[in-house]
Amino acid sequence: MKKSTIGGNKRKLANALAMIGLIIVFIAYMFPFLMVVINSLKEKRDIIKSPFSWLFTIKGLSFDNFEKAFTQMDFLNAFKNSLIVTVSATVLVTILAAMLAYYIVRHNNAVSKLTFALMVASMIIPFQAIMIPLVSIYGGTLNILNHRLTLIFMHTGFSMAMSVFMFHGFIRGNVPIALEEAACIDGCTRSQTFFKIVLPLLKPIISTMVILNSMAFWNDFLLPSLVLTDKELLTLPLSTYSFYGTYSADYGTIMAGLLLCVIPIMILYVALQKQIIGGVVAGAVK
Amino acid sequence: MRTKHGGKEFCMFALPGLFCFLAVVIVPFIYGVYLTLTDWDGVASVKNFVGLENFGGVMRDSQFWTSLLLTFKYVVFVVVIVNVIAFAIAYLLTRGIKGQNFFRAGFFTPNLIGGIVLGYIWQFVFSRVFVSIGETTGWKLFEASWLSDPTNAFVALVVVSVWQLSGYMILIYVAGFMGLNEDVMEAASIDGATGWVKLKSIILPLMMSSITICLFLTLSRAFMVYDVNLSLTGGAPYGTTEMAAMHVYEKAFTSRQFGVGQAEALILFIIVAVISGLQVYLTKKQEVEA
Repeated sequence: MKKSTIGGNKRKLANALAMIGLIIVFIAYMFPFLMVVINSLKEKRDIIKSPFSWLFTIKGLSFDNFEKAFTQMDFLNAFKNSLIVTVSATVLVTILAAMLAYYIVRHNNAVSKLTFALMVASMIIPFQAIMIPLVSIYGGTLNILNHRLTLIFMHTGFSMAMSVFMFHGFIRGNVPIALEEAACIDGCTRSQTFFKIVLPLLKPIISTMVILNSMAFWNDFLLPSLVLTDKELLTLPLSTYSFYGTYSADYGTIMAGLLLCVIPIMILYVALQKQIIGGVVAGAVK
Repeated sequence: MRTKHGGKEFCMFALPGLFCFLAVVIVPFIYGVYLTLTDWDGVASVKNFVGLENFGGVMRDSQFWTSLLLTFKYVVFVVVIVNVIAFAIAYLLTRGIKGQNFFRAGFFTPNLIGGIVLGYIWQFVFSRVFVSIGETTGWKLFEASWLSDPTNAFVALVVVSVWQLSGYMILIYVAGFMGLNEDVMEAASIDGATGWVKLKSIILPLMMSSITICLFLTLSRAFMVYDVNLSLTGGAPYGTTEMAAMHVYEKAFTSRQFGVGQAEALILFIIVAVISGLQVYLTKKQEVEA
């Protein structure tokens, strides 16, 4: 840093203090995770005696908790359910939102203006304001709750407005119409133009939206809890919830179960850290 | 050519997405307004029209107003603390210290994990780890689990929410600080602006756009808190930590008063919309160009 030469030692001291402060705060932030990791490897009586004890005595270290949590939570099944729902909904909303946004940008008619205005306005509606009628319509009148497809459809619908808004901004700013005109002259149909010319240009915004949406879908609890009750269909947050309700006194198993939920996300985070952080920042700032 | 294929193109490109959106957001929203005028219990096939009776029910539901008041208190604490902490950490992170990316990524971690899991992790920390610290050290602060006392359980909820949300805001503030014009900062230093003055007259006005975003995000998230509320305290002890969003859920799905529940949900929505609208309007006015 060039500036540090101006301030000299005072600046260096300030930076050292900042570093120490940051490290302390950082440890405090990580403390809960540390507790989970340590205690997931211990037996219940050791946890009750002292949640810290493992730091000093390695006696009693075991992976039994993980085995138990893994089977009791039906981890593989819940993981599979979460994966199916998250991946399908993410793919669906990405494609449909990109197409809808593309239509809105390229057609300056009343329908697209109205659609866009409605979507932007709807973004302030919190989920809680629609959950009751949603259950009433899809559970009562249509009676299609308890299907994965229903949940996927709802996830898609809820994230549509935000996704269209983001794609809209990107297409308007970064996709030159001249390119499409050229494609048209070369004999491309509208859909060929979209899928072969426009879609590849949307890569940056697609990666942002995939990250934002899949994170939201993977972690969502309230909507899936209203849609899915069948034990076979539960997603990871739901099965964690019911698992916790049954085993809340069995600390070791609980800690192992929570850790099992966290580990897949952490692996993905370590691998895609740059993209995830970049995507979140891009999503927020717009 | 365009008019001829206009309809087909609309069906292909716009309709699928639009249909999902209308079916899941707009139709239920409108239907929800209608629901507030009926006495539906969630099971019966007949819905009787009862006019504004449900809004009278909301007025009489003192638990709702208590939870709303508590939510206001919670929102104020969370919004202020999250933004102060995130701003300060982002400021320290952008002074050119080593490991900036590592810290930033670490602070963001809680955001990747669902509120349910986070709440359970902290429940363990509050009810076992802190109590164990209390037993060993004899500190009064940790003598009993925070979650068993109404005031402390509220504090616990604020602590967890701050921990959960601040990482996200740090990202946005860091992006804001990185975008600050170096020349302006240098000019301010040369003109003798240091410390507090520099922060108040130079940095804050230039950071206003980041502040607008962060305030908006924290406001809307804090108002609608549900997951963490459910898994950390579940409203316990005795419903004293039940926030508005959770109360709405209970009213509709546990007490089976869908009309009243939906009326409360709409009131909550209007409050959030007005407050966040006002906030965006007020902070946007403060934004300046460098």
